[in-house]
Amino acid sequence: MNARLYARRRLINAFNLTAAVLTTAFGLFWLGWLLWTLLANGLPWLTTTVFTESTPPPGATGGLANAIVGSLMMVGAGVLIGTPIGVLAGTYLAEFGQESRLAAVIRFVNDILLSVPSIIIGVFIYEVVVVSSGHFSGWAGALALSLIVVPIVVRTTENMLRLVPVSLREAAAALGAPMWKVVLAVVYRSARVGVLTGILLAIARISGETAPLLFTALNNQFWSTSMDKPLANLPVVIFQFAMSPYEDWQRLAWAGALLITVSVLTLNIVARLLSRSRQ
Amino acid sequence: MQQLTVPAAIARQLRWNAVADLLFRRLTLLFAIFVAVLVFAILVALLVGAWPALSRFGPGFITSAQWNPVTEEFGALATIFGTLLTSTIAMLIAVPVSFGIALFITELAPAWLKRPVGIAIELLAAVPSIIYGMWGLFVFAPWFGDEIQPFLTSTLGNWPLIGALFQGPPMGIGLFTASLVLAIMVIPFIAAVMRDVFELVPPVLKESAYGLGCTTWEVTWNVVLPYTKVGVVGGIMLGLGRALGETMAVTFVIGNAHVLGLSLFMPGNTISSALANEFAEAHGELYVSALIALGLLLFLITFIVLALARLLLLRLSRQEGRTT
Repeated sequence: MNARLYARRRLINAFNLTAAVLTTAFGLFWLGWLLWTLLANGLPWLTTTVFTESTPPPGATGGLANAIVGSLMMVGAGVLIGTPIGVLAGTYLAEFGQESRLAAVIRFVNDILLSVPSIIIGVFIYEVVVVSSGHFSGWAGALALSLIVVPIVVRTTENMLRLVPVSLREAAAALGAPMWKVVLAVVYRSARVGVLTGILLAIARISGETAPLLFTALNNQFWSTSMDKPLANLPVVIFQFAMSPYEDWQRLAWAGALLITVSVLTLNIVARLLSRSRQ
Repeated sequence: MQQLTVPAAIARQLRWNAVADLLFRRLTLLFAIFVAVLVFAILVALLVGAWPALSRFGPGFITSAQWNPVTEEFGALATIFGTLLTSTIAMLIAVPVSFGIALFITELAPAWLKRPVGIAIELLAAVPSIIYGMWGLFVFAPWFGDEIQPFLTSTLGNWPLIGALFQGPPMGIGLFTASLVLAIMVIPFIAAVMRDVFELVPPVLKESAYGLGCTTWEVTWNVVLPYTKVGVVGGIMLGLGRALGETMAVTFVIGNAHVLGLSLFMPGNTISSALANEFAEAHGELYVSALIALGLLLFLITFIVLALARLLLLRLSRQEGRTT
């Protein structure tokens, strides 16, 4: 009696499940293609000169040394500025603010900061730092990156501190430890790996960020390690070289792209291993 | 009764502890408030920077599609249109595909395949957007212009109503290419969130539905999806926020032209790609101010999306309280 209904249900099921398999293949196909081109185009040009020489004028040989160093400096400075702010703000939300109205507001505002497009952060730093100091600089780039680090670290710090059992805090408090000591010596210690994972993911995120550096750090054709001047950095160099009509520049762009992707993926895998070792 | 006296050393220690506690608490509060002030400062800085353009053009800034740095006439309509259009198309493609991927990983894949596919998706979410942009420009756009665009023009292009969307020169780059690259970029984001929330569904719920004779699809559609709708909406909104503000993946392939047209194959602009292409080279106070005003609009658009997502989640959770 219900044979037709059953047949229809089975048909719908089969159709939709096939669609699910096909969409997975579809999604992975593009992504596989992307990684393949990256390897095929980047690997042949990833030579030692890439690491030893600075960016060349078109037609000459050269490497990306100044851009690599500039990127490392700015990412390092950005993390060093952003992490303490993020950890302390996250500590307030998890330990002191908790369910208060102020904490709810700050959480919401932090979500806004997390979703602000990174190019807007570039515009903000341009107005506040570049215009008032009168020139593009590595510090401006580092500050822009630190503004991306802050909301990520706030979010992960709060989540990780909240995973620490209340009984641990109570046990420490019962031994007479003041709150600051409880947080520093007990809560931070047991949440250490989780917070570190969050920081690593934040580093991975800003390593590939291009948009906020376009008009803060700008770029520098020459070897320079001064944070007070325009500073070469991998993402912007890749952008400029890839968009250029010169083939040798485009090759360097591919080498740089491969370099960035490999480092970002490595950071992610390390973070993943860390968080698994915790569980 | 004799009063208990606290030794002076301990009393000092206790007082010092209380002071240190207060200081530590204030310090964390200070930085928490700093985060809030920061967002406020971004808004104020954008407003101040955008003011010359906004006061000059008024509401016409949003309704005009003129963008001419030479005559200093600026209107944002073409870039707003480009931003919303590319994000909409990207979401139309990315949401069903991500749902399929999440369904595949949680319900269909054999156990040995779950982890690799899941990890692949998560790692691909971490690939910087500039890589997607480069791939789009050098690999995807030429292939798309040679193979797919002529085919789309000769088939979909002749349809009534939507035909005009697919007419135009097969250049490879343009609004449609940008939308596709955006879609490919946000798929891992949405799929990763959907998979995470699908895995949180208690097995008992699914098993009881299977026990009643439901098919896998019926279990997914009628049990898993309603149970996880808050998380699913959150994931979609995360992807949408990404798509709206994405700069590099779009800038490479959109063609950078301030035009307002029906054809998806024509070059266009989004707010973020206009900023990336023009900001560093912009001369003149009005030009820079108009670009900052674009940034302000983008900030407001992403804020509205976030606020709408919050409201939607609130309403969903309220409905839950009523019906169950």
